[in-house]
Amino acid sequence: MHIHRFEKLWIGLSLFLIAAFISIVMYGFTVLDLTVPGSDRGGGTVDAMNLAETPFATPGVRKTEDGEYEVYMLARQYFFQPGSGQSLTLPAETRVTFKVTSPDVIHGFQVAGTNINSMVIPGQISRFTTVFSDPGEYGILCNEYCGAAHHTMEGLIEVVPPSEFDESNLIEQ
Amino acid sequence: MTFVDTYPKATRIVKATFIVAFVALGLGGLFGFIQALHRTDTFRGIIDSTQYYDLLTGHGVLLALVFTTFFIAGLYQWGISRSLDREPEDLRFSWGWFWTMTVGTILASIAILGGLVPGDGISAAVLFTFYPPLQAHPLFYIGAALLVVGSWGATLDWFFSFWKWREDHPDDHIPLQVHMVLFTMLMWVLASLGIAIEVVALLIPWSLGLITNIDPLLPRTLFWYTGHAIVYFWLLPAYFVWYTILPKLSGGRLFSDSLARIVFVIFLLMSTPIGFHHQYLDPGIGMGYKLWAVVATLLILLPSLMTAFTVVASMEHGARQRGGSGYFAWMGALPWGQPAFAGCALAGIMFAAGGFSGMINASLNIDTLVHNTIWIPGHFHLTVGTAVALTFMAITFWLLPQLTGRKLKFPKMALAQPYSWFIGMVLMSNGMHRAGLAGIPRRTAEPGYSGFSFEAPFGSIMEMKIQIALGGTILFVSLLLFLIVVVGTWWAGAPAETVDDAIPPALSGPEHTPKILDNIKLWLGIAVVLVILAYTLPLADMLADGIFQPGVPPSPM
Repeated sequence: MHIHRFEKLWIGLSLFLIAAFISIVMYGFTVLDLTVPGSDRGGGTVDAMNLAETPFATPGVRKTEDGEYEVYMLARQYFFQPGSGQSLTLPAETRVTFKVTSPDVIHGFQVAGTNINSMVIPGQISRFTTVFSDPGEYGILCNEYCGAAHHTMEGLIEVVPPSEFDESNLIEQ
Repeated sequence: MTFVDTYPKATRIVKATFIVAFVALGLGGLFGFIQALHRTDTFRGIIDSTQYYDLLTGHGVLLALVFTTFFIAGLYQWGISRSLDREPEDLRFSWGWFWTMTVGTILASIAILGGLVPGDGISAAVLFTFYPPLQAHPLFYIGAALLVVGSWGATLDWFFSFWKWREDHPDDHIPLQVHMVLFTMLMWVLASLGIAIEVVALLIPWSLGLITNIDPLLPRTLFWYTGHAIVYFWLLPAYFVWYTILPKLSGGRLFSDSLARIVFVIFLLMSTPIGFHHQYLDPGIGMGYKLWAVVATLLILLPSLMTAFTVVASMEHGARQRGGSGYFAWMGALPWGQPAFAGCALAGIMFAAGGFSGMINASLNIDTLVHNTIWIPGHFHLTVGTAVALTFMAITFWLLPQLTGRKLKFPKMALAQPYSWFIGMVLMSNGMHRAGLAGIPRRTAEPGYSGFSFEAPFGSIMEMKIQIALGGTILFVSLLLFLIVVVGTWWAGAPAETVDDAIPPALSGPEHTPKILDNIKLWLGIAVVLVILAYTLPLADMLADGIFQPGVPPSPM
């Protein structure tokens, strides 16, 4: 088999490019603190037809024992709970862990203009942690088709300075 | 003497598949045009926002599943018959797979279009990914299953021809086109097992009410087991054209037979075990599988980068045969005034751009920014929507005279077609990619939301919408040009005295090709092992708590 020297060079450069791409991604997920939701990310499964017996029965913001915040959220046809109707208020510069699931069909959870982006699948809990560095309003939208009114499924996160965050609205453990 | 004279039986099959393909193309393209105007709020007089999803389902199914599968069946039947110098072995079998696919298409279309008719109880607005628990009418799933099963029949038919040929040619190299057909179809059969199991074992009984609750993650995973490889099932026939016909259209010959075969072998091995890159942001799938998908997906860049080299090198060879010279000036010597060449070359250029956005999608770290945004359809309208579709349309201009014995009608319209498609897609895809970076989602009937607005990283949201609507309109006009040329040639083309259908051999021909590249059993065996390695553990995880657990009831659409 004859391979032209230009073609050998091209294949070599291609392999270098591929190795560089793989290394960059691996660096992000090993050395840096990048993460995506997944079965080994502390989410776990839940009985989507029996959410009444889980923390998802009272969705909202809770404070954990180590002083961080976690949000139990339902994405459902066709709203986010909390988030739709009344905005979800969160403190800036603070670690917030989301736990999102769906009681009906597959949805998406995306905060517009950020890389906060997760599928929401009935029976699975999407768990991810983020820090909002700047106060302001952030739009939430469902980015997976979920039915006839999919395009109306939206919500709002209001991020306030930590000093202005009102803890009286937290869900009791 | 051309194809229609030498192989009249095969010609009828090719023509039949092309008719279904082009009807699907016309209808699916019309839906796409209506969607481009609707979701950018340019014109909304045809459908309402609920019906948008019926049309979107029709657009995806008719173009990505029906147009592609039928065109590929015709193209490959042509390649098999001419390369092996054989008519189909048993016409009843050939028409059997054709009608299986066609009946499947009709059933699925009834289910989808039924959604536009109020009160008939039939609908299938589940999009072409049909993720449960969204539930379509049973006809939708039965139709999809028949389409897949029919494509397996076509595969078997071509293997019959190959085995018969092999009896008379025990020591010959497999002809290059046949090698490409067989490797594509083996990959497709291996890859389509996922969707076949999903539809036949889970969704048909579920849509008939025999099963109530379903675990959404399992069918979704089975879908993407097929769902990424399917893009290579669309793409490899375009490569078949670029490797075996485009060099001739450029005025030259293929650069290397061996490397073409290596590329197809790599695709057989690597296409299927990478489906998890569509589930990067799924809960319920471990990080290890996702990182494996990153590695494997980026590795599959290699055969495409090799293709880029060979195709460009072959075109350069052709251009120099035509008197071209210089480092870059040779490009001007290419036959840009011929629609078949221009379409394939422009499709190749767009594929390079689509490849770049694909590298971004494959990279887990930045995929989080674009996942499920309109960036994604921006990407695949470059790949399947241009690299594949434009190549198929362009090569139709070259194949039609061979299939009908007629000269191409309306040659100026035929020449305008690939250029207008290119311009339309530059606009639409540019608007879509950049709107995706602003966070605008895919698969939505509305241009925005009531509680917040999108901020463009650069440019403006309005300008992106205009590009999408204008690009979509130009694409639809280009599609009409294509259909007019096809129908005109078919019905009213002047008889062609001679048809130039010869394909010269490669510069470095099969005599330099190692025999191992023709070893079908070896490569298929390795491909199966790779699939088992990639999917056993994650599927076992999902099944550990029961096939239908954690379950939810259906949500009829």
